[in-house]
Amino acid sequence: MLGYLARRIALLVPTVIGITIAAFAFIRLLPGDPILALAGQHGVTAERYEILKEQFGFNRPIWEQYFDYLQNVLHGDFGISLSSKRPVLEEFLTRFPATLELSLCAIIFAVALGIPAGVFAATQRGKFGDQALMGTALVGYSMPIFWWGLLLIMFFSGFLGWTPVSGRISLMYYFPSVTGFMLIDSLLSGQKGAFASAASHLVLPAIVLGTIPLAVIARQTRSAMLEVLGEDYVRTARAKGLSPFAVIGIHALRNALIPVITVIGLMVGTLLAGAILTETIFSWPGIGKWMVDSIFRRDYPVVQGGLMLIAMIVMLVNLIVDMLYGLINPRIRRQ
Amino acid sequence: MKNMATLLATTAILATLATAAHSKTLVFCSEASPAHFDPGPTTGGNDFDASSRTMYNRLVEFEHGGTAVKPGLAESWEISDDGLEYTFHLRPGVKFHTTEYFTPTRDMNADDVIFSFERQWKEDNPWYAYLSGLTWDYFQGMDMPKFLKSIEKVDDLTVKMTLTEPNAPMLANLGMDFASIMSKEYADQLVASGDLASLSTKPIGTGPFQFVAYQADAVIRYKAFPDYWAGKVAIDDLIFAITTEPATRVQKLKAGECDIMPYPAPADIAGLKADPEINVMEQEGLNIGYMSYNVTIPPMDKVEVRKALSTAINKDAIIEAVYQGAGQSATNLIPPTMWSYNKSVKDNPYDPDAAKKMLEDAGVKDLTIDLWAMPVSRPYNPNAQRVAELIQADWAKIGVKANIVTYEWTEYRTRGKLKDRPGAFQIGWTGDNGDPDNFFATLFSCSAIGVSNYSSWCDPEFEKLTQDAKKVSDIAERTKLYEQAQVVFKREEPALTIAHSKVFMPMRKRVTGFTMDPLGIHRFDNVDVSE
Repeated sequence: MLGYLARRIALLVPTVIGITIAAFAFIRLLPGDPILALAGQHGVTAERYEILKEQFGFNRPIWEQYFDYLQNVLHGDFGISLSSKRPVLEEFLTRFPATLELSLCAIIFAVALGIPAGVFAATQRGKFGDQALMGTALVGYSMPIFWWGLLLIMFFSGFLGWTPVSGRISLMYYFPSVTGFMLIDSLLSGQKGAFASAASHLVLPAIVLGTIPLAVIARQTRSAMLEVLGEDYVRTARAKGLSPFAVIGIHALRNALIPVITVIGLMVGTLLAGAILTETIFSWPGIGKWMVDSIFRRDYPVVQGGLMLIAMIVMLVNLIVDMLYGLINPRIRRQ
Repeated sequence: MKNMATLLATTAILATLATAAHSKTLVFCSEASPAHFDPGPTTGGNDFDASSRTMYNRLVEFEHGGTAVKPGLAESWEISDDGLEYTFHLRPGVKFHTTEYFTPTRDMNADDVIFSFERQWKEDNPWYAYLSGLTWDYFQGMDMPKFLKSIEKVDDLTVKMTLTEPNAPMLANLGMDFASIMSKEYADQLVASGDLASLSTKPIGTGPFQFVAYQADAVIRYKAFPDYWAGKVAIDDLIFAITTEPATRVQKLKAGECDIMPYPAPADIAGLKADPEINVMEQEGLNIGYMSYNVTIPPMDKVEVRKALSTAINKDAIIEAVYQGAGQSATNLIPPTMWSYNKSVKDNPYDPDAAKKMLEDAGVKDLTIDLWAMPVSRPYNPNAQRVAELIQADWAKIGVKANIVTYEWTEYRTRGKLKDRPGAFQIGWTGDNGDPDNFFATLFSCSAIGVSNYSSWCDPEFEKLTQDAKKVSDIAERTKLYEQAQVVFKREEPALTIAHSKVFMPMRKRVTGFTMDPLGIHRFDNVDVSE
């Protein structure tokens, strides 16, 4: 197991270097200029432009800028935001809990609904229930997040008035951030109604962000279940006279869950991508919204630092999933 | 599910009741997070709303809803006859905010004023580069280093500013956000503690509201400053709920989660007007959408060709199709609400036949033009692509072929300002300080070529008129010069003036006293809310 872990970690090194190059090159390949973006409608004179270029270090050869950047990153320095003038890592850490909280709620929503739906569809194979569920899952998977979010806001917040439109908590509550997780902080604050307000603010964004994972998990669970339900041991369990619940819930589902867990692990990337749009619609102060704003401002340090940090998180989660998978299925370790 | 619905509904009701109990809270759904809270180096309207207009004051202020300059932290001032010396008499007894991070021991005085300018001006000032990569774009952009010779303290409440040459717009410049007055005492405290960066995150000013807290990308909280020199404002708490997506802002306003919002999408305006709980205020913006011809590239170096191209364009159709009633056809470079607007200037008539003949007379045949369209929606031009298509169709009627060109926004401007850029370039401008100089000289002076003069137009007569208008401080005299400048502009047609757009400001009916500002600033010092 240790050897497997070492091999996996060694493989991460070239991947991380690749990501630094990609993150560094990506924002520079986009047309546009950070100095002009910063200057606003007045623009700058050619002389002043040169001075600023030198000040920001953009006049040096690109490889030199890259190696400097790499060296700083290795020391944990992701640079200073051109816009807010604050360290990128600090800005990232301020916003990351909001994204993590939203993503966790979205994935809980997706798992809580997706697995039962997939199991149900598998037991109803070919019948109306199966077709209706899988049809809905396909619609969910194809739903443009932006449109879906606005639709839910208009219906639940605008028409029914059940949920708040946007934000993380009602503006009447004000307490210092302790953990950065609003659900926990609202409980810690001891203010009456704060937790309920934070929870109600999470409902719509979590549904919107969880919709695509929900569809994927439901479909994956269904196909894994169908495969397992045809196995000999399931037939044996049935022959033993076990109740359908015991057969499906204990014998079949446990084995069907292995590929589903992998899919959930791989969903992290999808969640972070979805968070960009979801956070924009719901004014959710997480890293997705921060990255979008920074791309528009051509804030090079934020975009490259943010990309790297996000990529590292995705890699870390995938590594953990691989480890778990290796634990569950010993054959993987030996490959 | 039913329980969930009940829980959510109860929460919503509780929240509403609780909000009603804090009756003097105003929630503004602002459109973007501020970069930080120092009004000196920031450039965005959202930055100014969050800092300079809420928490700071300037020596002079713009009147509510207008661009006339009135006393601010300076009670009065004198300008010497040669226009070189400005003496400001400061208002006595002006307090800076008292917060948990700063307690002032003295009132605002001349040291604060000098500090506020020198930090942006003198490179050896410790505050000049107090944040990494700091730039003072407005101080530079308004040519302050060129015009300022010295700022001296005469006594505690008198400051003398000496200029290198007369510059009539100087007074209006001093009303701009970058000229906000900071506390030198607070700055010294930060120097002593070695925490200079806090000047941008824990602001201290003299303005109507004082800072309470900022949660990044989410909420900014202010409270009324009880010792505000002009008297405590009517509302107690001011909250900026940062909501970048316009459609979400509209929903929040309708749901009562905010009281007032800027920049609704044009498509939402009819729906907002129909809502019985919402008022929609509107005003002509201090802006101009125009199309610059590069006058150095043949055949557009000939005035007849430029005139022909402009005459072929049906501006009314553009206003109707693109601005959808939220704009007016622009005859001059400045909007009609601005002083010195020349009413006697006649716009080019829409006459395709005459245009065709003008081109023939100029000996131009089979003309192909690059027609530039901005990739973004701006207040002065909501859809430049659509404008380009309409112009393309109009020009086709006189045998001119237009190729529509577009790039990413900053790239678009970089390419647009190249001296040898071919074609007609759509762009626009929103006024900074209500002075005509901020349109005429900023956009079409010879020195602005390569910066913001997209026509590369350097006309000696226009240049003389606009430069002379800078040197006299008498408004009547300046008006005459600018009126003439508008005649020259229309005669030479370096650009087609397309439209001045309207700006909309939807708010809940409980909001009273809000005035729309021609400079696009959002101010809440005269706003009240009913119970």
